[in-house]
Amino acid sequence: MMKGPKKWRLFALMTALLVFLSGCGREEISTLIPAGKVAQDQFNLLILSSIVMLFVIVVVTIIYVLAIVKFRRSKVGEDMIPEQVEGSARLEFIWTAIPIVLLLILAVPTVYSTFDLADVTAMDAQDEDGAAENLTVNVTGKLYWWEFEYPEQEIITAQELVVPTGERVYFNLIAADVKHSFWIPSIGGKLDVNPENVNTFYLEFDKESSELEEGVYFGKCAELCGPSHALMDFKVKTLNREDFDAWVAAMQEEQAAPTETVAQEGQEIFEQSCIACHATNAAGAAPGVGPNLTTFGDRNTIAGFMEHDEETLKNWIADPQQYKPGNLMPDPEEINNGEPFSDQELDALAAYLMGLKVEE
Amino acid sequence: MDLNKRYTPQTWPDHPETATLEGKNKFVGFWLLLAAETVTFASLFATYLALKDKGPSGMEFSAAGLFELPLVFAMTMILLTSSLTSVYAIYHMKNHNFKAMQAWLGITVLLGLAFLGLEIYEFNHYVHLGFGYTNSAFSSAFYTLVGTHGAHVVFGLSWFIALMIRNAKRGLNMYNAPKFYLAALYWHFIDVVWVFIFTVVYLMGVIG
Amino acid sequence: MSSNSQKKGFGATIWDYLTTVDHKKIAILYLISGGFFFLVGGVEAMLIRIQLMKAGNDFLSAGTYNEVLTMHGTTMIFLAAMPILLAFMNAVSPLQIGARDVAFPFLNSLGFWLFFFGGVFLNLSWFLGGAPDAGWTNYASLALASEGHGIDFYSLGLTISGFGTLIAGINFLVTIINMRAPGMTYMRMPLFTWTTFVASALILLAFPPLTVGIFFMVFDRLFGANFFDVTMGGNTIIWEHFFWIFGHPEVYILVLPAFGIFSEIFAIFSRKRLFGYTALVFATILIGFYGFMVWAHHMFTVGLGPTANAVFALATMIIAVPTGIKIFNWLLTIWGGSISFTVPMIYAVAFIPSFVAGGVTGVMQAIAPLDYQLHDSYFIVAHFHYVIVGGVVLAILAGTHLYWPKMFGTMLSEKLGKWTFWFFFIGFHLTFFIQHFLGLMGMPRRVYTFGADQGWDLFNAISSVGALFMAIGVIILLVNVVMTVAKNERVGNDPWGDGRTLEWAIPSPPPFYNFAQTPLVRGLDPYWIEKMEGNKEGMVYAEPLGDIHMPNGSFIPFVISLGMFIASFGAMYFMDDKAWALPVLIGGLAITFGSMLVRSLKDDLGFHVTKEELIADNERIQREARALEGGKKGGLK
Ligand code: HEM
Ligand SMILES: [Cu+2]
Ligand SMILES: [Cu+2]
Repeated sequence: MMKGPKKWRLFALMTALLVFLSGCGREEISTLIPAGKVAQDQFNLLILSSIVMLFVIVVVTIIYVLAIVKFRRSKVGEDMIPEQVEGSARLEFIWTAIPIVLLLILAVPTVYSTFDLADVTAMDAQDEDGAAENLTVNVTGKLYWWEFEYPEQEIITAQELVVPTGERVYFNLIAADVKHSFWIPSIGGKLDVNPENVNTFYLEFDKESSELEEGVYFGKCAELCGPSHALMDFKVKTLNREDFDAWVAAMQEEQAAPTETVAQEGQEIFEQSCIACHATNAAGAAPGVGPNLTTFGDRNTIAGFMEHDEETLKNWIADPQQYKPGNLMPDPEEINNGEPFSDQELDALAAYLMGLKVEE
Repeated sequence: MDLNKRYTPQTWPDHPETATLEGKNKFVGFWLLLAAETVTFASLFATYLALKDKGPSGMEFSAAGLFELPLVFAMTMILLTSSLTSVYAIYHMKNHNFKAMQAWLGITVLLGLAFLGLEIYEFNHYVHLGFGYTNSAFSSAFYTLVGTHGAHVVFGLSWFIALMIRNAKRGLNMYNAPKFYLAALYWHFIDVVWVFIFTVVYLMGVIG
Repeated sequence: MSSNSQKKGFGATIWDYLTTVDHKKIAILYLISGGFFFLVGGVEAMLIRIQLMKAGNDFLSAGTYNEVLTMHGTTMIFLAAMPILLAFMNAVSPLQIGARDVAFPFLNSLGFWLFFFGGVFLNLSWFLGGAPDAGWTNYASLALASEGHGIDFYSLGLTISGFGTLIAGINFLVTIINMRAPGMTYMRMPLFTWTTFVASALILLAFPPLTVGIFFMVFDRLFGANFFDVTMGGNTIIWEHFFWIFGHPEVYILVLPAFGIFSEIFAIFSRKRLFGYTALVFATILIGFYGFMVWAHHMFTVGLGPTANAVFALATMIIAVPTGIKIFNWLLTIWGGSISFTVPMIYAVAFIPSFVAGGVTGVMQAIAPLDYQLHDSYFIVAHFHYVIVGGVVLAILAGTHLYWPKMFGTMLSEKLGKWTFWFFFIGFHLTFFIQHFLGLMGMPRRVYTFGADQGWDLFNAISSVGALFMAIGVIILLVNVVMTVAKNERVGNDPWGDGRTLEWAIPSPPPFYNFAQTPLVRGLDPYWIEKMEGNKEGMVYAEPLGDIHMPNGSFIPFVISLGMFIASFGAMYFMDDKAWALPVLIGGLAITFGSMLVRSLKDDLGFHVTKEELIADNERIQREARALEGGKKGGLK
């Protein structure tokens, strides 16, 4: 079947593949570099099942290669009529029984882990003072952005999830419009964000994201939700508990007004055109039509996926549809008395927004 | 197959519906079709149960408040009776008694029409209460389930009527005997589905 | 009267095909239209791979990408893979059981035309305001939110073609139950017929839930129902359940006939009886049975709860056992045989490692907690292309080569066939193997673009190159077809030389009545048995030569389907307050039901081929066969 040169080509290809495979993707987003208990459990299942499956593949390959090498017609003779074997009960038994054993090996951790990862009984646990023992975040998926509400702390943020390391964080997920799916590959598997019911699970974050090249983990929407599904990204900032508490405290405070004049102009425009959808205070804010911008200056991306600089920001404000097709942010004409924003206005808005920070 | 071949009750086979290969094929094929229909109705029932009493917040309708058993009970009795009369029709078909068969089929059709009339009255009544098709998930599921059954009744009746008219002059032969048989089989199926509707939608709805 | 081999004008040929009820001609219709849709779906695939060739590409816009993606999946599954398999089922399985036609020739034709008009309707969406864009799974919340009529094209088109498929399924079931030749017991049926049988049973039970779900979708979108409207008490998960209660059996509807084709090929080209025939049959039945109990493994992340997930995980694992049994039985079939590497056999041999790779990733996905990572990522894309391309498409390509002579009386070029194979096979692995890793590296599926900062550029580029290879392979196949048709070198009954089952005992293509005399089947692989016993005549017969009853052709199936096609436009534009919509809806339905009424009121008893005609025809066939012997020897050697 395979002639010499072709065999070589295939071989070269396989080695090339192997070289590529030595890289496992980026630490910020790869399931192959787990950074939390849930992803680690799932990674272990991946390794276990890969080993079992590799065993199957090896067995099949050996029989397969032997068969096609030994019994080619050129070898056994043109006129050979093989014996018409009916079958073999013993072989039949073997290749039924062994796979069943292999599956049992997989079944036990599967069942254990299924229940373990769904265990949210501790979610509502309270200490003696009636305060929640564990952090809960309410996640709402919206076209095409994510809102994160911390009910106990009474703060709201968007696009960038901020969580403490080294403890279980519980999540309530619901969709405001169509179905989405909440996925942070290096932290743990996904859970769907349905429009009709709240889904609940937990994740653990081992490592502070400041150690990563990009400074954040990458989160994804994993369920087709419309044209900009591919752009419905979010970022995850993990802080140690102390920094996290500081962040929460800063979020709970009334945010200071800008001091520079450009930024002050920006604020004025913002309060005319944008405030109806975007809040700039995290504390006690209600869920918004658009993302809460309290931490905008601290963020790593604009709209969840674009470079975080003033140029991009201005482009975005001037024409959101061009960057995220189908998103619900209005064009300037609709919010600025029928006019596009002038360059000055864009500069002012950008200066204002970039100054919205809670971290130092 | 010779359409002009004349049969007498003596030469007529015991099972005319499966006496020819065509008949046998139709017989098996129709049972398979009924299997698919069963799955269809099972899906509709499952949906109905999932969406029962579900609607926009503050919806005033519920199965317990809406349905009235006496009317539905009468419908059930009428349809059950019509199933019985179609059994008589097929009994006479097997005995090659064409006139009696037509007569019993006629009665079956009348009963079916009566059922249909009551169903239309019932739906009309609900709509007047404001429980229209688009009122809620509950109403959509209800009308779709019961309405699909109603459409089957209409089809069954049309089938009976077409067969009766088409064959009124020429009587029974090996070509149309399987058709009469299958139409009656279809009618029984419709009846069985209704028994489930009566139980699941109405009885369980009113009781709890 | 469906005709024999007199020369006919072009118009007459078209009319013949429009009205035919002959399973062999319907097979050709399925093959041509399925093949056409396969090319359409292939072009869509190429568009997808061009768009994903590099990070941030803007070859397709976001909205267009979703349309292309949705149409690619829908077309490939419903309009390409299934119809082409139905082509082989039509062409071969009645012959394999020694039948003169299917049980319901009229319905057979109706099934085809419904599929055809449904497919055309679906694809017209491109020209009438936009294609569906919610994925082939058409999840309800997104589908309800989708603007324009794309989703309506999807629902109505699939409803029509779905009815066609259901009819085809019932037809094959009855054919196989009732029309087997004397001696053809169930446990002597060729494996392709067995898989046709089980796949038909799956069609029978799996399509109704899909139809019900689609009806809900139509009612919600067009008539104001609230099945999936959450604010009105609806529930979108109901759609997911119905879709997958259909969808999982659907993958077996596709792959079982593929298994059947490969089973035939392994036996023929190893010159050996299938090893463990009984086990293969029972594995087929088991797979069909389990196929209905695992649908929720597509919904592990929906939030059904750990108990449901654990149960469905275990059920899914079990289904791997019968699949494994099959693999080993095939290996043992070629073991000890005399393997001839013809094009069909190369495909079959290539299928084993490809499909095993797809099967093992299936088992990995069955591990529910692991699937939370894999689900809706490129890993899934890799998995199902390994099973569908590595299983079904390879089978389709193999079957095309294997059965081409039986369907058309000529042989596809082996040489070009091998070129196609290598391009396609290498391209296939190049495209999809690497996608497993893309998924593990965090790439979600159904994304129209990706950022350069995600680390996925290289693998995506490689994947796109692979797609190009596959496209080249398909183009070579087209060339092959054209050249073969142009050359028109006729072949005899058994062009592969080692045919084992009844279809190889009769001329290629067979006369319209298939068997002048119904054969008597004396065991598994009846033709092989006769050959080994030196039976010069080919077969022994179960009946003396006599008149044969055949059905008349009919134009009515075409008209019934056309009526539904027209009515669908009415239904679709009804909600747009177009004045003409209601009349069109009613008119279309009137055409459909009117022609059904005509059909049932007008007796159609068929006609007879007389003994004399049969004898004359037989002499002609003998003459042609001798001419063939005299000229170049047909077939391989
Ligand atoms: C050993 C046998 C198999 C097992 C255990 C298996 C298991 C699975 C599982 C668990 C999924 C869900 C993945 C997810 O979305 O999370 C899946 C997806 C899928 N499988 Fe398989 N599978 C097997 C064979 C097949 C075969 C034979 C086919 C088709 C011929 C097939 C076609 C598909 C398709 C099309 C999907 C994805 C559907 C979609 O999301 O669009 N599988 N399989
Ligand atoms: Cu999305
Ligand atoms: Cu599945």
